[in-house]
Amino acid sequence: MKSDVQRDLTFTRRALFIGGVQAACGVLIGGRMVYLSVFEGEKYATLAEDNRVAVRLISPRRGWLTDRNGQPLAINQPEYRLEMIPEQVEDIPKTLARLSRLIDLSPQDITRIKEEAATRPGYLPIEVANNVDWENYSAINVRLPELDGVTPVRGFSRFYPDGDAVGHLMGYVAAPTREQYLEADRDPLFLHPAFKVGKDGVERTLDERLRGERGARRIEVNARGRVIRELDTRPDIPGENVRLSIDRDLQVFAARRIGPESGSVVVLDTVTGEVLAMVSMPAFDPNSFSDGISHKEWDALTSNEMNPLINKSIQGLYPPGSTFKPVTALAALAYGVDPADRVICNGGYSLGRHRFACWRRGGHGAVDLDKSIYQSCNVWYYTRGRQIGIDAIHDMGTKLGLGVTYDTLQLPNQKSGILPDPAWKRERYDQAWLVGETLNSSIGQGYNALSPLQIAVMTARIASGNRVMPTLLAGAEEIVQPLEIDPEHLAMVRHGMDLCVNGPAGTAGRSRLRLDNVRMGGKTGTAQVRSLAKNRGGFIPWKFRDHGLFVAFAPVEEPRYAISVTIEHGGGGSKAAAPIAKDVMTFLYDRDQAMASLARLEDGWNVERIAAEVVPVPDLDNANGDTRPT
Amino acid sequence: MATLALPDRLSRLPWAAILAVLALGLFSMLVLYSAAGGAAAPWMTNQGIRFAVLFVMMLVLSQFDVTFWLRWAYPFYGVCLVMLIGVELMGQLRGGSQRWLNLGFMNLQPSELMKIAVVLALARYYHFLPRVRTQTMASLILPAVLIAFPAALVMLQPDLGTALTIILGGVTIVFLAGARLWMFVAAGIGAVVGIPLAVKFLLQEYQQRRVLIFLDPEADPLGAGYHITQSKIAIGSGGISGKGFLSGTQSHLQYLPEQHTDFIFATMAEEWGLFGGFFVLACYGIILSWGTWTALTAKAVFSRLAAMGLTVTLFFYIFINLAMIMGFAPVVGIPLPLMSYGGSAMLTALLLMGILISIYHHKNRQRLQTVPGSI
Repeated sequence: MKSDVQRDLTFTRRALFIGGVQAACGVLIGGRMVYLSVFEGEKYATLAEDNRVAVRLISPRRGWLTDRNGQPLAINQPEYRLEMIPEQVEDIPKTLARLSRLIDLSPQDITRIKEEAATRPGYLPIEVANNVDWENYSAINVRLPELDGVTPVRGFSRFYPDGDAVGHLMGYVAAPTREQYLEADRDPLFLHPAFKVGKDGVERTLDERLRGERGARRIEVNARGRVIRELDTRPDIPGENVRLSIDRDLQVFAARRIGPESGSVVVLDTVTGEVLAMVSMPAFDPNSFSDGISHKEWDALTSNEMNPLINKSIQGLYPPGSTFKPVTALAALAYGVDPADRVICNGGYSLGRHRFACWRRGGHGAVDLDKSIYQSCNVWYYTRGRQIGIDAIHDMGTKLGLGVTYDTLQLPNQKSGILPDPAWKRERYDQAWLVGETLNSSIGQGYNALSPLQIAVMTARIASGNRVMPTLLAGAEEIVQPLEIDPEHLAMVRHGMDLCVNGPAGTAGRSRLRLDNVRMGGKTGTAQVRSLAKNRGGFIPWKFRDHGLFVAFAPVEEPRYAISVTIEHGGGGSKAAAPIAKDVMTFLYDRDQAMASLARLEDGWNVERIAAEVVPVPDLDNANGDTRPT
Repeated sequence: MATLALPDRLSRLPWAAILAVLALGLFSMLVLYSAAGGAAAPWMTNQGIRFAVLFVMMLVLSQFDVTFWLRWAYPFYGVCLVMLIGVELMGQLRGGSQRWLNLGFMNLQPSELMKIAVVLALARYYHFLPRVRTQTMASLILPAVLIAFPAALVMLQPDLGTALTIILGGVTIVFLAGARLWMFVAAGIGAVVGIPLAVKFLLQEYQQRRVLIFLDPEADPLGAGYHITQSKIAIGSGGISGKGFLSGTQSHLQYLPEQHTDFIFATMAEEWGLFGGFFVLACYGIILSWGTWTALTAKAVFSRLAAMGLTVTLFFYIFINLAMIMGFAPVVGIPLPLMSYGGSAMLTALLLMGILISIYHHKNRQRLQTVPGSI
């Protein structure tokens, strides 16, 4: 540099240059700000709003199920739950470790939570725990600041006040499966922890009606997902409350009346087809399914030889035994058999070299239609069955609603059972029908396998003469669809059934109603599990005892109720099933008398139950192969 | 000089710049009040006390004779360097990076003071450098050392933003002092080529990521790009007139990171809108143009270089922060001087302003009576 002046000039030039750069930068910043806030302002305002406001689904409250009188069968109970939104949790294992200091989290729970966190969208809440009691719930609320992403939720859980008495009927609810979620087009509601769908029973068939409409909550959330306040809410629309045809008191009574036995009771309204009670015992408690069932409970259910997971009313198939005889009788009458014509019973019926036995070894002597029913004489049926042929019997059975499932009944997984005929046998075994099989079929043995509900429908049809179809919805219309059966024939069979209970020599004489003005007509039945010969003499293990069946209707003059009682391995129908039918039927007319009878029985069972557990039962399973009737 | 009466002293103060400082300081109180959700605690009160104390300090420093700064430039630089090394050693001992010394009432970041120290030291160097030697290569050795040593230490912390400010502040002085232009052109070209390489090899991984995310913030909306995106949302959603005092959602719902420190401008802009933004920019504009004008009109070499150097240091500070907030620069973690919550940044800004005013008072003096070599 030559001079101070030159140096000054250089400085001034360069300082001005730097000043200019500063000014340019200032303009740049100012321009950028104008761009952001004016030209892009709207876009960013929307984004800020998106940040601020989150929409949370409200799972719709499930509709109630009530009995015909409005008594609750399935309701919603307030419940405290813990949910976690994975994307708001920094360290899931750590958060879970903290949580498990406050509440019980089993290793399975932790595995499940981690798995769900890994597989589901991060913004959807995962259920951490349900049924948290109030103490733990408030303890967690206090510690929430350390538990980012964890939200305590007040929700509802399904509650069945009558527990196992309605277990099979109600079914249960649970979280939708992945398949259901995909079927619903990945509806986020299906991932909502509080959203449950019906998995079985009425809960499943009526699911869509009970489901309701989801609500939504717009909430202000901070960056950590904590809810700051609620903005507005579109409430959910609860699902429909559905009134079932069930009479809750009757249902519970029947369940208790079965007591320690394994069996089913079905009560139908013969006029409308409404199911008043449908009990299968022993049963599961649907409440334990709603909260998630423990392994222990599950193992107990699956290993029980009384099959508490099977709804015997619609899924249990039993040879109807003598309860089938009204079918053969009606077929014979339709064929033109004179009811007064007698058949001589000397204790058996010979077909070729084979002798078909009557239950009374000494024989019944001369037997007409009435006596064939009230004395349940096999020989009459062997004779008539052979006379009219299997097709006539099958045809009559079909008219009476046997061997089919009922699409009017709101229950899934019904079994149609077997009402055999030659075509069926041809298809099933590719063999010709044998006459001996006709004889067996005519007394409800052989291939016959029907559900307790089917023989209840059969009884209701015989009682009303109409084509009764069972339904579980209350308020069903009176059914006026006469069967193609001569009403006089029906009256004759009903008379025989009246005598069976109320006559001097009926097989169910001990079970007549102790009521002044109501009589019950019925038919006993005993389904053999093992041939009579094997069961003769001495101690018979439970699994090899006969099934006891009884069907009945009342009042005899103008039937209103039909009942079918099936007791697995309970022994004969008159001993095991008829007394239950009597008490249940009594309950419909005189509750106090029925309850008194039940109270006496329950006193006795307590003693018996304890004894039953002490008595060692020989394990004969493997020695004898198949022990269940087909 | 010392004989001047108080009224005269007051009348000689550069009131426009001082009022701008005051306005920014007070405005920052409002923003901090809102950022705390409408509460004086935890930020506003602290910041208020600090600002009051440091503002008085600024006024006191402004009364110092300009030769004081000239005389103490090297020792000041030396003290800052020792503190910088001290911080680095302490960080090494404790097995982590530490940037500050705890002074009890505040945490002091030596790197902040170093920004000023570098400017003063270089201004002093050139003040006494014979005119004829200003363009020799040899004359560049000491400035290079003076700049590179602290910059490297700060980079080690690692604090990229501050290191850049130190380098740019120093280079500005070298540039203004009259070093040959071609060197700067060459350095510019070198930077264009070298920066990508430096990014690749010198920067920490998290810094690299910040640079890459800065180039495409939407690529990682929940990761490192989150800061920039949320800041832009805050500024943009404020619109022209803002959402209103205490009504910012981005800040109150904590979507905005560092809402009271580095991102305070976004917090402010959300509630005060474009108007608030322009007000702040105008205040900085007044301060910076006053500083530049002081440099242009100052007579002594030290005054000129120090004034411009300090102005540019302040400018970089502001610019890097605002550019970052608006998505122009990577997130480097530089506070906004005079507004962000924090003691060190405010100390630096007001110390800088004090020195600048002191230079302003003496800008017409040709000769500064200090002999080279003496302290």
